Amino acid sequence: MSAVKNPNPALIVGKYAALAFYLIFALFPLYWLLKIGLTPDALIYSEGTRLFPSEITFSNFTTVIFQTDFVAYFRNSLVVSLGAAFFTTLFAAGAGYAFSRFVFAGKRIIIALMLVTQMFPLLMIIAPIYKIVAELGLLNSLTSLIVVYTAFNIPFATFLMQSFFDGIPKDLEDAAMMDGCSRFQALCKVVFPLTLPGLGATLGFVFTAAWSELLFALMLISKNDAMTFPVGLLTFVSKFSVDWGQMMAAGVLALIPSCLFFIFIQRYLVQGLTSGAVKG
Amino acid sequence: MEGKPVIDRAQKTVRPGETRARRSLYLQYMVEPFFYLSPAILLIGAVIMIPLIIGISYSFQSIELLKPFASGWIGFENYVDLWSDRKFWIAMENTLFWTFWSITFQFLLGLGLAMLLNTQFFGKKLFQALVFLPWAVPTFLSALTWAWLFNPVIGPLPHWLAALGILSEPYNILGDPELAMWGPITANIWFGVPFFAITLLAALQSIPGELYEAAEVDGATPWQTFTKITLPFLAPMIAITVMLRTIWIANFADLIFVMTGGGPANSTQILSTYIFTTAFRKLDFGYASTIAVALLVILLIYAVILLWLRKKLVKI
Amino acid sequence: MARIELRDVAKRYGSVEVLRNIDLEIQDGEFIVLVGPSGCGKSTLLRMVAGLEPISSGDFLIDGERMNDVRPRDRDIAMVFQSYALYPHMDVARNMGFSMEIRKDPVAERKSKVAQAAETLGLSNLTDRLPKALSGGQRQRVAMGRAIIRDPQAFLFDEPLSNLDAALRVEMRLEIARLHQKLSATMIYVTHDQVEALTLADRIVVLNGGDIQQVGSPLELYERPANKFVAQFIGSPTMNVVPVIGTDTGVTAGNGAAIELPDQPLTAQAKELGVRPEHIDVVDNGTGDLSAVADVVEHLGSDTNIYVNVEGIGSMMVRKHGNIPVNSGEQLGLRIQTENAHLFADDGTALRPVA
Ligand SMILES: Nc1ncnc2c1ncn2[C@@H]1O[C@H](COP(=O)(O)OP(=O)(O)O)[C@@H](O)[C@H]1O
Ligand SMILES: [Mg+2]
Repeated sequence: MSAVKNPNPALIVGKYAALAFYLIFALFPLYWLLKIGLTPDALIYSEGTRLFPSEITFSNFTTVIFQTDFVAYFRNSLVVSLGAAFFTTLFAAGAGYAFSRFVFAGKRIIIALMLVTQMFPLLMIIAPIYKIVAELGLLNSLTSLIVVYTAFNIPFATFLMQSFFDGIPKDLEDAAMMDGCSRFQALCKVVFPLTLPGLGATLGFVFTAAWSELLFALMLISKNDAMTFPVGLLTFVSKFSVDWGQMMAAGVLALIPSCLFFIFIQRYLVQGLTSGAVKG
Repeated sequence: MEGKPVIDRAQKTVRPGETRARRSLYLQYMVEPFFYLSPAILLIGAVIMIPLIIGISYSFQSIELLKPFASGWIGFENYVDLWSDRKFWIAMENTLFWTFWSITFQFLLGLGLAMLLNTQFFGKKLFQALVFLPWAVPTFLSALTWAWLFNPVIGPLPHWLAALGILSEPYNILGDPELAMWGPITANIWFGVPFFAITLLAALQSIPGELYEAAEVDGATPWQTFTKITLPFLAPMIAITVMLRTIWIANFADLIFVMTGGGPANSTQILSTYIFTTAFRKLDFGYASTIAVALLVILLIYAVILLWLRKKLVKI
Repeated sequence: MARIELRDVAKRYGSVEVLRNIDLEIQDGEFIVLVGPSGCGKSTLLRMVAGLEPISSGDFLIDGERMNDVRPRDRDIAMVFQSYALYPHMDVARNMGFSMEIRKDPVAERKSKVAQAAETLGLSNLTDRLPKALSGGQRQRVAMGRAIIRDPQAFLFDEPLSNLDAALRVEMRLEIARLHQKLSATMIYVTHDQVEALTLADRIVVLNGGDIQQVGSPLELYERPANKFVAQFIGSPTMNVVPVIGTDTGVTAGNGAAIELPDQPLTAQAKELGVRPEHIDVVDNGTGDLSAVADVVEHLGSDTNIYVNVEGIGSMMVRKHGNIPVNSGEQLGLRIQTENAHLFADDGTALRPVA
């Protein structure tokens, strides 16, 4: 199609200008984060608003890693995010599979309830959850965060998984069952390997969401040694409110896992959206 | 059939119906889905549904952790207080402002990006990964980053805005009650454009290419193609995405909470941050739940209106 | 070894009944073809036999034993799917040997059986390919290989050839016929293509709207269709059916032409007359039972198809063997081979001489 067109040069210039605008808009804040993190302390005030620092240093990064609780926050966040991602994906895969493959009593009601959980303010349950968790004596424990994040993420993850399962022809399981599998075996041997991209996407999605959750973590965690990244960084910010370089270095470090995960899931998300990936 | 060679089946290992106890297939079909569903259902029930009901009941009680002896059922007292709470009405107005401008810019910029990504150009894959990156940035970090960018000491934005004549001198707009809300809105736009772009791109790619070829053959101008083919096709997707996103943004407290904490002088206090500060700072759970119920009702009304409009307008 | 019986079987989805009163007895080694228009319940019936779909009511028996509640894996039945349903992540050899893998048969035995099946189906040099690297015909063969490797009591085929092009379809059809001769296993084959049905079947089951219309050998269905639906569904080109008024000795067509039907005693109840295109003779204008004008004439070499307009009746089709020198617009006389004519009553059932 494009070969036939004879596009207007003004349009082309406009298009590339638009592309440049989006790129700069998306990346500039991240660049700035990195820049200040790399600027030596002495130069921050004199060169605070220069586009390029005249000198760079990694001292902010090493200080953050070795002389603060940063590593502990990182570890806590990793535990919580991986735990939540694992359990959410596991349970959502089950639920998504049931929605995709079975007709059963109450299906509509359950789907409707899951949709409702996507609509009301989750803040609404922040107070009751605080009280329940407090009564169970689970305040300041990572377990309570994992449980809460898992529950919150299940509805969306279920719909995501369902669409991945929907993309896998039902005939394949039927064939596997004719070949001698039980349904569960068919799920493990045939459906599961084909859903790996979907599982990956869901895992990454939940990980990213859990990695950045702030409000429930603030509410349920107050002890320093159980803090996750967002909470830790926030207290960090108020504690060291003058040390810009260290804060930004910590910010850059916090960014790394979720960006890695994003690059990892991006491929699968696109695959999932353009379904039919597994046909033939 | 006679005369055909009959092969020896003596070596067969499986005889029909031999290996397994005969449970009713029907029973199995009824029970099996719940085997896969139950963990999800139990968890959602325990962690979301039950607290939701408790939360609604809180709004009819006085539950202040700082005043443990004054707790108990108080009927609609919280709601009466809410009605005359000036901060609530300010927060309501702010919520509208915040949600409307966030969604408008996110949508328009997202649509533009999706349409760009739906064309061909050099380095598209890399470009796509990079422009979608803000979506992966944890929200608290987006908030901190933008707060820093707006800080005149280490951020360039105040200087640029002053150079453009928008600000009289480079100062931090997050401290100015008139302008403070635009800080979190900017961060929100930055963070939310990729989401719209991704969903709209998926929708755009599902429009059959022949339609465009047909339009081209019929001599449609690009603008006509956009309004007559692209928009009508995207409309259902737009309606549903905008609705879900509006609800999500109205509930989205993180950015504001980190960037301004609702200040200065409540100028950026929206309902969801108000809920959070009431619960978290004042530990007044009864009143926090009351605000939450009010927000829920507003969102439900909004969703119903939008779904009704969608039914009227979209005939697909 | 595998006599399959269905006794008053029905299938309901909620309150919708998609199959009812299915009574069918399939002899060991028989090749049964289920035909019918799309949506009539063929696949559903097949899947109930396979055990993939629970049976709502009635009994399903294999060799006299009730098997309603036996799971697919324990029925010893193999199935070839319309979509082939090859496992995309397994190579050809693993696809074919999957059932043995699941049953934990010895690896050596599995390998030799896979090699043997691949040999038979001409897939020997493709065994390490993934399905996506195969052509449609090759995928089809792999799907068949997966079924035959198990040496099951019965084979089920759900429109196995409908995704192939015409030439391949003919080739695979022959191959399935050969397979049946060689294995002499019971086969149930679903298709909506009547040519496949007529060429492959020992007996054909015609389904429509969830009911069995007729069961019989291909010739039986062609010569003695039980009703108008079967008459029009079986045979190509389609049988001409025209409204008539029954008289004592024959019928009167819409244009007043009387047609004598000495072989058909029940003519008085007839509401429609059915004649296959090959059972109408072209005679000189003015003679015969009906006079017609040739509309479109197709010369196929071996046959000539003549579409005619009959005054007061409408269009009909005539097919004659060989090359018939007829031109479009020409006036013709048509004579109906009365011994091959069919009469249908009000409700579409065929009226037959009492035998
Ligand atoms: N899971 C289902 N729920 C409800 N109706 C169904 C379901 N599966 C099939 N049907 C209906 O049963 C009828 C028969 O379907 P099917 O056996 O697939 O037809 P065929 O294979 O003859 O084309 C159709 O009308 C179809 O709509
Ligand atoms: Mg079918």
